[in-house]
Amino acid sequence: MAPDRIDVRKTYKVYIGGDFLRSESGRSYVVRASNGDPLANAVRASRKDLRDAVRAARKAAQPWADKTAMNRGQVLYRVAELMEGRRDQFVAEVAAAEGLRAGRAETVVDRAIDRWVWYAGWADKIAQVLGSSNPVAAPYFNFTIPEPTGVVGIVAPETSSLLGLVSRLAPPIVAGNAVVVLASETRPLPAVTLSEVLATSDVPGGVINILTGLKKELVPILAAHVDVDSLDVWGVPADLRTEVELLAAEDIKRISRRPAGVTDARFDWLDDRAAERPEWIAAWLEMKTVWHPIGT
Amino acid sequence: MTAMATKTPTVPAATNGAVSRVEHAPARWGLGDGAAIPWDYAPAPESREIVTIKEQYGLFIGGKDVAASDGQTFATVNPATEEPLAQVARGTAADMDKAVRAARSAFRRTWSRLSGKERAKYLFRIARLLQERSREFAVLESMDSGKPIKESRDVDVPLAAAHFWYYAGWADKLDYAFPGRVARPLGVAAQVIPWNFPLLMLAWKIAPALAAGNTVVLKPASTTPLSALLFADVCRQADLPPGVVNIVPGPGEVGMALISNPGVDKVAFTGSTEIGRKIFQGVAGSDKALTLELGGKAANIVFDDAPLDQAVEGIVNGIYFNQGEVCCAGSRLLAQESIVEPLIEKLKDRLSTIRVGDPLDKNTDVGAINSRSQLEKITELVAAGRAEGAEMYQPACDLPDRGYFFRPTLFTNVAQSHRIAREEIFGPVLSVLTFRTPEEAVEKANNTPYGLSAGIWTDKGSRILHMVRRMKAGVVWANTFNRFDPTSPFGGYKESGFGREGGMHGLHAYVRLEDR
Repeated sequence: MAPDRIDVRKTYKVYIGGDFLRSESGRSYVVRASNGDPLANAVRASRKDLRDAVRAARKAAQPWADKTAMNRGQVLYRVAELMEGRRDQFVAEVAAAEGLRAGRAETVVDRAIDRWVWYAGWADKIAQVLGSSNPVAAPYFNFTIPEPTGVVGIVAPETSSLLGLVSRLAPPIVAGNAVVVLASETRPLPAVTLSEVLATSDVPGGVINILTGLKKELVPILAAHVDVDSLDVWGVPADLRTEVELLAAEDIKRISRRPAGVTDARFDWLDDRAAERPEWIAAWLEMKTVWHPIGT
Repeated sequence: MTAMATKTPTVPAATNGAVSRVEHAPARWGLGDGAAIPWDYAPAPESREIVTIKEQYGLFIGGKDVAASDGQTFATVNPATEEPLAQVARGTAADMDKAVRAARSAFRRTWSRLSGKERAKYLFRIARLLQERSREFAVLESMDSGKPIKESRDVDVPLAAAHFWYYAGWADKLDYAFPGRVARPLGVAAQVIPWNFPLLMLAWKIAPALAAGNTVVLKPASTTPLSALLFADVCRQADLPPGVVNIVPGPGEVGMALISNPGVDKVAFTGSTEIGRKIFQGVAGSDKALTLELGGKAANIVFDDAPLDQAVEGIVNGIYFNQGEVCCAGSRLLAQESIVEPLIEKLKDRLSTIRVGDPLDKNTDVGAINSRSQLEKITELVAAGRAEGAEMYQPACDLPDRGYFFRPTLFTNVAQSHRIAREEIFGPVLSVLTFRTPEEAVEKANNTPYGLSAGIWTDKGSRILHMVRRMKAGVVWANTFNRFDPTSPFGGYKESGFGREGGMHGLHAYVRLEDR
């Protein structure tokens, strides 16, 4: 029997500066489900795409940092609101990408939504927890305030395509940075759908840029890029780790690693105590100390 | 908004002939030298269509709208027109007992069992609902309290939403507010709030209490119960479990019944020092936790190097904002002698441009005094100021024939011994005193039993910080005044009360800390 209608399939694109693009290189690669079935073609981003993404992030970074903390918190919360509305789509994509049963995929997606809410709440609190007024032994008012580092490159977790990504993405964003994300190479589709949520959210274009492609090609370029201030190396493949950190050392990038002994595949992203950490926000902050004299 | 509402912007919202006459009054605002500004403000009334005021309001207990135990009601009045807005159930001691039981039951059965994450989501919902219904709240607040719509719209309601937003984020992060300790809720919080910022004070009280896991019984002021009762509707819309928030309007003695109820674990009060003392006495000898945010007589200190025009705006905002009905109002201006004359001249010029009238007019700077009794108190203290020898200045401006209005008032030649320099007037009345040295400014500023807030105006940063160290005040504004933010703690020294609201410190009032 002929089907009633032929469904319309989605082209999965990269998200740069608020726009959805195919690669300037015209390349793609086949994304497969956990059982080996082909799911879709994803963009195989190029060096040029990555540089464009860094440029978009740099342009967006300062205006994003200049927003009030409360406003940034509301913008992050709005992402949770919109993800809730697309919950079913995320459940289906995470289930397909990660080979999870529906119930498990629902738990993962719900937790990803709640994680945005948790980090959203930090926007106007992190300075209160990490900042200080310092009782120096002289007539000066001395205080320390956290400020965003600037542009953060994120090599997303490879195994946890959505929850892992959100858990690593939200901290630098709530801190006021702009980011360039390299999505999971083998499971990139939930990240692309997340970018579609971001595009209709209040996150300004360029604050979050999401690329798909081959880590072997892209990670060293990201690590060597001198306009990237910090690097999240969580999802860097083991055989690239040292090379990437050597490149990061060139321009003294701040790097954030997985805790020692933790593997990407085994990390329990559903464990809130492990995956909701204010120090993950602090990793993307600089501390600024101000001295001001006291006297008539 | 309905089509009808959008079509009526040229009709004054208040059906009060007197108010509209003032709106059409010919231009005769004087500049200091007598020159007239050659234009007038067209009326810009905010539509009242957006809010539906019911004829009758009940008490909000256990998620339900209920009548008072004895069936009594009282009228709440629009202070700008003196017309009753609605009949409101008048809570009794028995109702308070019922509300405390409802709060206790909600605490045991639901609220204390919810994770911080789920509590946070309810609070985020409430913040969003307040944002969504902001104009409705703003119009209702202005009608019930007399404050100008531009203040309720731009200050009270957005700040109230922001408070819920901010504390929502703390609900699941208490471990980080109290490192190394476990923060437990106290239980049932009894909260009594004043009439000057009805919704905002509700938010200051309820948001941190709920975030920390407490349930509440709140008594709004008897002249301004309506925004609290509309907030009850927000709680319903948010599907907040019944009994987590209970709202029982009534007169002062009902508030005393609430705070003395043995089922209460924590008492929070904002209001006058006189009543605060009684509240303190009411919990004396019990184990109830207590925070008090009471009166003030803030000094606003202007040094000779201050940017005078900017200072004038700050002084005006400090004392005429919300008709001066602000506990932290800058009611004492301390001006350095060398600049007193130009400063007073600029102030008088500025006062002549202040627009007094219909609170619902978007141009209005100073609205109606909240109640007849408050108007009488202001009138009495101003008379005392004149009798004691201070020199009074009021700009020429028409006041509506009806409603409780008072002209912005400025007293010069004020001595520290005058009543207007010592007592909290809670009205648009500024007393000007002078000083020569920073030491004298500190001495005079601290010469009051109050210690809520202070202002300092100078271009010299080091002097600001020097003064800050010496001022006995819980909040010091430097080259600004009357700034509020949910992240910023607020509260007083001395007889202005104890405890802080807002910020991380605001959580302290609602938790018991245990060892890990």
